[in-house]
Amino acid sequence: MKILVPVKRVIDYNVKVRVKADGSGVDLANVKMSMNPFDEIAVEEAIRLKEKGVADEVVAVSIGTKKNQETLRTALAMGADRAILIVAAEDVHDDIEPLAVAKLLKAVVDEERPDLVLAGKQAIDNDMNATGQMLAALLGWPQATFASEVAIEGGRATVTREVDGGLQTIRVGLPAIVTVDLRLNEPRYASLPNIMKAKKKPLEEKTPQDYGVDVSPRLAVTATAEPDVRKAGVMVASVDELISKLKNEAGVL
Amino acid sequence: MTVLLIAEVSRIDGGSDVNMDATAKAMTAAAQLGEVHVLVAGEGVTGDGAATLEGAAKVLVADDALYANGLAEPVADLVVGLAGGYSHIVAPSTAAAKNVLPRIAALLDVMILPDVSGIVDADTFQRPIYAGNAIQTVRSSDAVKVLTIRTAGFEAAATTGSAPIEAVSAAGDPGLSSFVEDKVAESDRPELTSAGRVVSGGRGIGSEEDFAMVEKLADALGAAVGASRAAVDSGYAPNDWQVGQTGKVVAPELYVAVGISGAIQHLAGMKDSKVIVAINKDEDAPIFQIADYGLVADLFEAVPELTQKAS
Repeated sequence: MKILVPVKRVIDYNVKVRVKADGSGVDLANVKMSMNPFDEIAVEEAIRLKEKGVADEVVAVSIGTKKNQETLRTALAMGADRAILIVAAEDVHDDIEPLAVAKLLKAVVDEERPDLVLAGKQAIDNDMNATGQMLAALLGWPQATFASEVAIEGGRATVTREVDGGLQTIRVGLPAIVTVDLRLNEPRYASLPNIMKAKKKPLEEKTPQDYGVDVSPRLAVTATAEPDVRKAGVMVASVDELISKLKNEAGVL
Repeated sequence: MTVLLIAEVSRIDGGSDVNMDATAKAMTAAAQLGEVHVLVAGEGVTGDGAATLEGAAKVLVADDALYANGLAEPVADLVVGLAGGYSHIVAPSTAAAKNVLPRIAALLDVMILPDVSGIVDADTFQRPIYAGNAIQTVRSSDAVKVLTIRTAGFEAAATTGSAPIEAVSAAGDPGLSSFVEDKVAESDRPELTSAGRVVSGGRGIGSEEDFAMVEKLADALGAAVGASRAAVDSGYAPNDWQVGQTGKVVAPELYVAVGISGAIQHLAGMKDSKVIVAINKDEDAPIFQIADYGLVADLFEAVPELTQKAS
């Protein structure tokens, strides 16, 4: 079984985001970038399925600038077998929309014929939570989103999903798209020998033109602003003072 | 312009019914865009509740076993079949809608506009990005706009209306997925995203056992229980309690943060709360910079004391 894992290069989750002074977007110049945390979980799951003998090949794919090579090398160091980079942007500030990403991934799927696509449920930059569902739609494949447990058996995946109010378990026939949530696993750190080995693993470069996909955006960003800032209130000295303030000042008790 | 609002259908008391709170808030947003038709898809659903929503011109009911568990593939096919003639397809930003709406958008070859927090005009919307650290305004050039509404940003529509109800027939069964089981947390507590009061615990609680302290305080206040991502990652609380960028967005009247340091990702999920209380032993915790009332104290003394005195 072959697994395809899309990975996105995003601002590192520990970095404080700064909105550009001209309101044109978020400043990504000279900012630490990393693999999207949810995508790391997807890579980890794919590698675990390979280690269990369920999968025999894990292919990582990334769409963005040339710099996404680093992100793919991370996936290879974690244990992916090979990588495909689709260079679709010159500037890191040019984000490719989920619909265009899904179209590119569909083209990769048509070529690679994976049995399973494991993707992060959302990227922590634009927080869209859409690419996996859109790819499933374009392929006419089933989708199992927000997975906290994945079991593959007999050409089917049984997936437990994180939904409002609890968990839902569904079964999908393969090939399928599974998007992963936080609690599925804890991704490993790549060891130094594996980082060295990853440098020799194949990384193929493509462009959207190779696949005949138009990546022009459908949404025009007209402004990016800082959110309203909430002011700090007062410190209270005791539980009694807190209760008194909540009753008499805020009127919420 | 006519808007198709997809009602949130939840399992309630053994049957399925419209989640009125989430749907009524999305209605307020949808009504700003045009005349609204509400689609209620489920098994054994009536549309009676949805018909009372102010702003609804018509309620469409698709009552079929195919929609009993909200599986994405049949629901998306149903909506795409009905989509002709609508300018906007709207749903509250719930786990169910986040699952289905992007699939609908891709089938219509349009982009999705997720988590809309403000409507500028019929083509232009505001939405948070980077865990709420920036608010982006985007203008869509697509023929149909598919959007999910961040319910914390909209008041619930009134329920004094009486729209006509029409049955719509089910679309075909794509046969791609099947339901196995639900594990719904049994609880008498209010639902997290619509609760008037929320008590959340963070990593400062220290263990799954001690998290019971947070639950006791919530019960004393009649509040829903929430948790920070750090507490969820540490295994103290289930993921569906998670408040933040990667969890739920809440905006209650009173939010009590217990042992939560105030990571950006958590603040994104609760900073629109009316009154925020923070209890933390670390006086430098960033949560105090946004709290209305802060108490620096040992959690294991202050929380039981508050529980006892507030009940």
